[in-house]
Amino acid sequence: MSSALTRRGAAVLLAAAGCLGLFAAQARATELFVTNEIDDTVTVLNGQNYKVIATIPTDQRPRGIVATPDHKYVLVCDGDSSNIDVIDVKTLKVVRRIDTGPDPETLAMSPSGDKVYVSNENNALVTVINFATGKWITQVPVGIEPEGLAVTRHGHTVVVVSETTSMAHFIDTKTWKVVANVLVDTRPRIAEFTPDQHWLWVSSEVGGTVSVINPRTHKIVHIIYFHIPGVDREYIGPVGVRFTTDGRLAFVALGRANRVAVINAKTYRVEKYILVGQRPWQMMFSPHRRRLFVVNGLTNDVTIIDVSSLQPVRSVPVGRLPWGIAVIP
Amino acid sequence: MRRAARTLALLTLVLLASVSASAAYAAPVAAGGTGLKTFHIIVLRKRYHFNPETLPSLLESHPANLGVAGAEEATYELNTAGKFIGWDFKLDVITVPDGGNLLAAAQKLLAHGPRIIIADLKANDLLTLSDLPAAKNAVILDMRTIDDSLRQQDCRANTFHLLPSQAMRTDALAQYLVLKRWTHWFIIQGPTPQDAVYAADIRRSAQRYGAHIAAEKVYNYNPGSRRSDTGYQQIQTQMPLATEVDADYDVIFVADETDLFGDYLPYNTFAARPVVGTQGLVATAWSPAYQEYAALQMQQRFDLFAHRRMTELDYGGWLAVRIVGNAVMRADITTPVPMRKYLRSKDFLVQGYKGQGLNFRRWDQQLRQPVLLMTPLMTVSISPQHGFLHPGYTTDTLGFDKPETKCHLH
Repeated sequence: MSSALTRRGAAVLLAAAGCLGLFAAQARATELFVTNEIDDTVTVLNGQNYKVIATIPTDQRPRGIVATPDHKYVLVCDGDSSNIDVIDVKTLKVVRRIDTGPDPETLAMSPSGDKVYVSNENNALVTVINFATGKWITQVPVGIEPEGLAVTRHGHTVVVVSETTSMAHFIDTKTWKVVANVLVDTRPRIAEFTPDQHWLWVSSEVGGTVSVINPRTHKIVHIIYFHIPGVDREYIGPVGVRFTTDGRLAFVALGRANRVAVINAKTYRVEKYILVGQRPWQMMFSPHRRRLFVVNGLTNDVTIIDVSSLQPVRSVPVGRLPWGIAVIP
Repeated sequence: MRRAARTLALLTLVLLASVSASAAYAAPVAAGGTGLKTFHIIVLRKRYHFNPETLPSLLESHPANLGVAGAEEATYELNTAGKFIGWDFKLDVITVPDGGNLLAAAQKLLAHGPRIIIADLKANDLLTLSDLPAAKNAVILDMRTIDDSLRQQDCRANTFHLLPSQAMRTDALAQYLVLKRWTHWFIIQGPTPQDAVYAADIRRSAQRYGAHIAAEKVYNYNPGSRRSDTGYQQIQTQMPLATEVDADYDVIFVADETDLFGDYLPYNTFAARPVVGTQGLVATAWSPAYQEYAALQMQQRFDLFAHRRMTELDYGGWLAVRIVGNAVMRADITTPVPMRKYLRSKDFLVQGYKGQGLNFRRWDQQLRQPVLLMTPLMTVSISPQHGFLHPGYTTDTLGFDKPETKCHLH
């Protein structure tokens, strides 16, 4: 940690001395921020050599994590402390805490970064917070055990999935009303829009499927199933969903099947299953989506997948029961 | 039910303090929502006489809404989704007093109701219901019993069983004991016929998993007055005598389905050995101490709703209502014949906070499920244990598998 700060400190000094353009580009290597649910910490990894730069203490039970659109902060939901930790990516310290109401599980930000959306798992609510002031704008009642959130590119719609009600709820951000509810397979965890915004993919952990929803008609257009030779159906628990920039490939983390499925996002055919660590849930790309980082909850590590070859290239230890990941370019 | 509600005063859920009940039960905003169709979910229940004074521990209680509270909570949950897709679920609980006329109540229900019935009945009463001519094409969801006989020779084509059978429970414990290499067992068996069934299951599990019965004893414990001062002195004398055997063993496997003496065994045994079985380390579908696979959220919701802890019987009621709701909402099924077909099909699946979808075994209509191994305060493990394999479902390593079933449904 100290060496990282020294490096950053030096960079800041040199930048101040007038070498701004040159050094600003060199000083900031990509960094990975991983929440460790049991340790109450965030592990920060260097995105080139994957060495641990820092272990940041958080409040209790950190799970959901996102970077602000300007990449200045990383926000962490502390489920058992009812708040968000705001980590300054320069100092790697928690600089602020935002009250979220009880049991925040995960969060998303508006495209401009002015609003934070939090799913309050225990109270069937989405809390909308003004990021600058920390004040609550509203709370939207949704289904039971809300979790994954997705925001459209222009920020007009927020989707939240509820694990026990098994629905994707579409919230209009002008009126803060739920405008549509789509019943999906059992225990939905994550919602993710395709890069062209034409489709919404929702993973169902217990149902073992991914539903592809037309966000204009709110109808399911396709259901993706997974069949892995030698793995019992009950162990296939889809959670994290990510798309390549061109929208051609989708990656779906399959939980206790210990694999990430690679899916042709146009034909919905599963092209490959990549073996990773145990119980992968959340995933995030490197800045140019050349690498996919897969967080393995039970093996306490992150598997790094090379996106062009679709091969796992490395795994890196983090804290205990790692849950979510954010990447700062 | 073996376990009455354990109200563990020492364990306080700090989390709950900050959760307001009104916020937790705020209903989702309806989108349009007019012209809801109403579906009545029926629970037929006998209020069996139970004297709470017979509970060995002061921390145990026997609330009046045991079981039915789980069904009520599940009905609320169903309606959070139902109202969005055109369904309004109502829970109708028909309670027959102990000694009341169950037959008349059942006949009336079958003549007028939807013939999809959740039964909160003991084995004999369940068979009375299942065997009524009017119930021939009904669907009965048994939320209460654990009896092997109802999954074996006394199985019925119209009846589905939600809680793990006694045999599933001894197998769940056996897998864990074998994994620990605690393979020599001393069975101490109580006086009831159910204890004899459970003891036979222990022997069966030993044979299946390569363990050995080092000793066996039947103990005819007469409880007398439970609540007396200095009662522990009697216990301290009686339990070592009851557990003194000339054999070497790793664990005491107790078969005491009615909680007569099993809870007195730990720390009172002749030899320093752990106690497993119907007391000590128990196998169960649910415990108020269980929090894995998001069960924490279920526990907290139930506590907000019922103001007490969720027991296995509450879980049975909860599961039964969720199963009916799944069929109505996901498959648009409201009548018993398609319901039975659906529950037996590969399309059916219910979420039960066990990390995997649960469905029914076709041969005896027992719900497949991982089984929890619990102490009163902690989850010790969940079976099936790693390494026990099955060509179909690994959960079919627990209880009566297809080749050994005595159930022949028509």
